[in-house]
Amino acid sequence: MWNNKTVEITVGVFVAVGLAAFFVLAMQVSNLSAFANEDGYLLEARFDNIGGLKTRAAVTMAGVKVGRVDSIGFDNETYEAVVQLKINHQYNTLPKDTSASIYTSGLLGEQYLSLEPGGDMEYMLENDRFKITQSAMVLEELIGQFLFNKAAEGEDK
Amino acid sequence: MIALLRSLGRRAIGFFERLGRANLFLIQVLAGLPSLIPRMGLVVQQVYSVGVLSFLIVAVAGLFVGMVLGLQGYNTLIDFGAEESLGVMVALSLVRELGPVVTALLFAGRAGSALTAEIGLMKATEQLSGMEMMAVDPIKRVIAPRFLAGFIAMPLLAAIFSAIGIFGGYFVGVALLGVDDGAFWSQIQSRVDFNEDIVNGVIKSVVFGFVAVWIALYEGYDAVPTSEGVSRATTRTVVNTSLAVLALDFVLTALMFD
Repeated sequence: MWNNKTVEITVGVFVAVGLAAFFVLAMQVSNLSAFANEDGYLLEARFDNIGGLKTRAAVTMAGVKVGRVDSIGFDNETYEAVVQLKINHQYNTLPKDTSASIYTSGLLGEQYLSLEPGGDMEYMLENDRFKITQSAMVLEELIGQFLFNKAAEGEDK
Repeated sequence: MIALLRSLGRRAIGFFERLGRANLFLIQVLAGLPSLIPRMGLVVQQVYSVGVLSFLIVAVAGLFVGMVLGLQGYNTLIDFGAEESLGVMVALSLVRELGPVVTALLFAGRAGSALTAEIGLMKATEQLSGMEMMAVDPIKRVIAPRFLAGFIAMPLLAAIFSAIGIFGGYFVGVALLGVDDGAFWSQIQSRVDFNEDIVNGVIKSVVFGFVAVWIALYEGYDAVPTSEGVSRATTRTVVNTSLAVLALDFVLTALMFD
């Protein structure tokens, strides 16, 4: 049998390795590290329909991730979805007339928010609201519209 | 016919008797835990025999389970052109399910059976009653340190299993099959939630560790003090722990991921 000291050292190493594994899971594998450095300013966008957009979905500009969806709410008076976006501080030069649209990544992928810069000389500030927004594309509506148009074409002939 | 009924009844009563004894035993062990505080050396010794000695099998099993997940996941996902999600699949399966469950099964086979055999033999060779004669409480001196050690070792082993498994999946997916390195990690980080997935996985492993050492120690302590009785108790430990872990896993999953 090994002496007591060796046993204690091996146990110490074992516990350290176990905690290190837990640390790896927390930092490298989960979103904990992404949460930590998430610092930015809030903007508000209102949509008629946000489709399947979720909180923490990506906000992109020219395909580059510039922030995240912070919260999603509902306005009882205008019946619109109120989406709060958190944009990283380094992207603080969005023109006032930037527009926000909800797109789907791939055919069946997650939905994300895409920003299109406008031409205004002034920049958006904290808690500003997007003036131009484009709602999510709902597949059923599109199909319905398509069928409706087809039927209308048929009547014309 | 009557004999059949009688034996059925005896079995049922025996089952409830054992269940009751197991719970009383658990209460005694939990009550004995505070007396360990001045004797942490005993616990360290047991963490060595329960945890450190199980490290190798858990690490190797984790590596291979991760590699198999990587290979199988890749073959399925490539059909949908979604092989970038390989990391998410490997990480979620390991952290949520396979890490705690497979580790608990290995733990039952590697550490649980050893605990049962050790305690059963102590009982068979009357070391436990010898301690009682010397006014040493065997539950405090022998059982409680092992219980605490298993309770500490199991979550650590499960975390090691999951972490090594993810690197195994990474090795197969990225190094051998050519999944993009950045996509592998970024997809994992964006889909695996710390509270939802990792903490729940740790809770599972803590519960499984608790159940595994409880069954192992109880079976040893309750074994018939003969060589045959000890061998039966060891078998029962492995079988009962595996069943309990798998059944509990379903219950915990239903509670956690609704």
